[in-house]
Amino acid sequence: MATLSPKQIEQVARLARIEVSPQKLPEVANEVNSIVSFVDSLQAVDTTGIVVTSQVTGLQDVWREDVVKDCQISRDDLLANAPEVQDGYIKVKKVL
Amino acid sequence: MADLAYLSIAQAHEALQSGKVTCVELTQYYLDRIKKHDESIGAVLTLCSDTALEAAQKVDEKIQAGKDMGLLEGIPYTAKDMFLTAGVRTTAASKILDAFIPPYSATVIDKLNSAGAILIAKVNQDEFAHGGSTENSAYQITHNPWNTEYVPGGSSGGSAAAVAADFGIFSLGTDTGGSIRQPAAYCGVTGLKPTYGLISRYGVVAMASSFDCIGPITRSAEDAIIVLNTIQGRDVMDSTTIESTANHQPSKDLKIGIVKELTNDNRYSKALQTLDGLGKKNDVVLPGGDMALATYYVLVSSEISSNLERYDGIRYGSRNDSATNLEQTYSLTRAEFLGPEVQRRILTGTYALSSGYYDAYYKKAMQVRTLITQEFAQIFADCDVIVTPTTLEPAFKIGSKSDPVEMYKTDILTVSANLAGVPAISIPAGIDEKTGLPLGLQIIAAQGNDAQVLAVAEAFQKTTEWHKKVEEIIQ
Repeated sequence: MATLSPKQIEQVARLARIEVSPQKLPEVANEVNSIVSFVDSLQAVDTTGIVVTSQVTGLQDVWREDVVKDCQISRDDLLANAPEVQDGYIKVKKVL
Repeated sequence: MADLAYLSIAQAHEALQSGKVTCVELTQYYLDRIKKHDESIGAVLTLCSDTALEAAQKVDEKIQAGKDMGLLEGIPYTAKDMFLTAGVRTTAASKILDAFIPPYSATVIDKLNSAGAILIAKVNQDEFAHGGSTENSAYQITHNPWNTEYVPGGSSGGSAAAVAADFGIFSLGTDTGGSIRQPAAYCGVTGLKPTYGLISRYGVVAMASSFDCIGPITRSAEDAIIVLNTIQGRDVMDSTTIESTANHQPSKDLKIGIVKELTNDNRYSKALQTLDGLGKKNDVVLPGGDMALATYYVLVSSEISSNLERYDGIRYGSRNDSATNLEQTYSLTRAEFLGPEVQRRILTGTYALSSGYYDAYYKKAMQVRTLITQEFAQIFADCDVIVTPTTLEPAFKIGSKSDPVEMYKTDILTVSANLAGVPAISIPAGIDEKTGLPLGLQIIAAQGNDAQVLAVAEAFQKTTEWHKKVEEIIQ
């Protein structure tokens, strides 16, 4: 049975871009471990030669004509929900 | 003015068309009910009084001009806060969307709007639909109208409670693993999860894209059919949508597969007698068994971890301002504004998809999903429908399930239908004597046979009264 150490949880949290404080790591590790051990029962199923199902519609290659349509929503309305805007652009913190 | 309590769509339509009630009066009736009772129920997140009354006024002008009305014209409804509504705050019950005002509406909201239905409120849910009790809302607890010490179920708990409490005639919910059917069962109302792809997901907050379905919560199958016929069908904005299934013909010689969870539970003995009158029964096992839930939580957590990457504090939504660089903007924003269950699922999904574990979890679960779909196909070769209890037990008390895995287990009979993309409905089918709470019956059919589950549900409701019990709970 897989058990994630607090160090592994720290790595997963980094991948998920969620800050977990060192104090909270053991608790979060416990909770995720209880879910992981619950789903571990799957390992008992024999799936030799079974194809995967990633979607259930049976639809394939759904296309539409590549036609440009005007956007009905103004730039200002589209930007209205951004936390910070400058000169009609979304502003972000420095990258480096 | 006519008695407006617990009107069906057809009754409300008739009352409006014949002038027994004006649309403004009808809309005001629901707004007044919300004002009077929502303090104890807690279903409503955002009330749309002004726009609703304005729309009602227009419907009244049309009636006064002597024009014929569509069935949904002037019918007040509520929608789970997962549905984008242009100009009306949409939170998915998360603090990360606390101030989000969508610039456009979901296709289904547009379709209902075009049909003349009137949105009166956005209602509560578990945050991002992660939960089975609506206790995971970042805003408020919703109480079961049958007994306010109990949960209404979830994640569409606000929708089910609103329909049970007569806050509008129907509600829109979403169902990824039971989130329409389980709360419908807990609140004694009717909840339909259609065939995957039958209703457009465009403009609906995404949870797990290969599972998410939209459907109506109503007080009868008859009303569910009317709403479904209005909102189903292909949408160029959602490439997973399929053609309408309205032309599917239900079987005339019904064969019903019954699971042991139903035959072994004497609270359903009267419901079973009713089913005897509807068709020939034989015993089946619900596909997936114990594996369905594990398969579901691996795949759904994985899809969640991917879908919820978009909440990063950049383009829309809340942002933590103490960050000094971009990376911190992401991680501090997500830590501060996403709730504990949402974070747990993202972490579990990120782990299941991470290098070295992908084959053991994600790929394995996709293979088991194939096996479960094959089991359904085998049963549907001999049966038209599978009937199960919707849940093993009625609603539980608020605060009584603190362990996440215990909460997951309330979905044990509903997730299989989502894994296979098949249609399923929950209808009231009994009362639990110990608690006085309603019990739900789930009817499942093969993909595209939505008309079959609705036909069985409608026939069941023609000879039973359980779906009317809800009318006795709030005066």
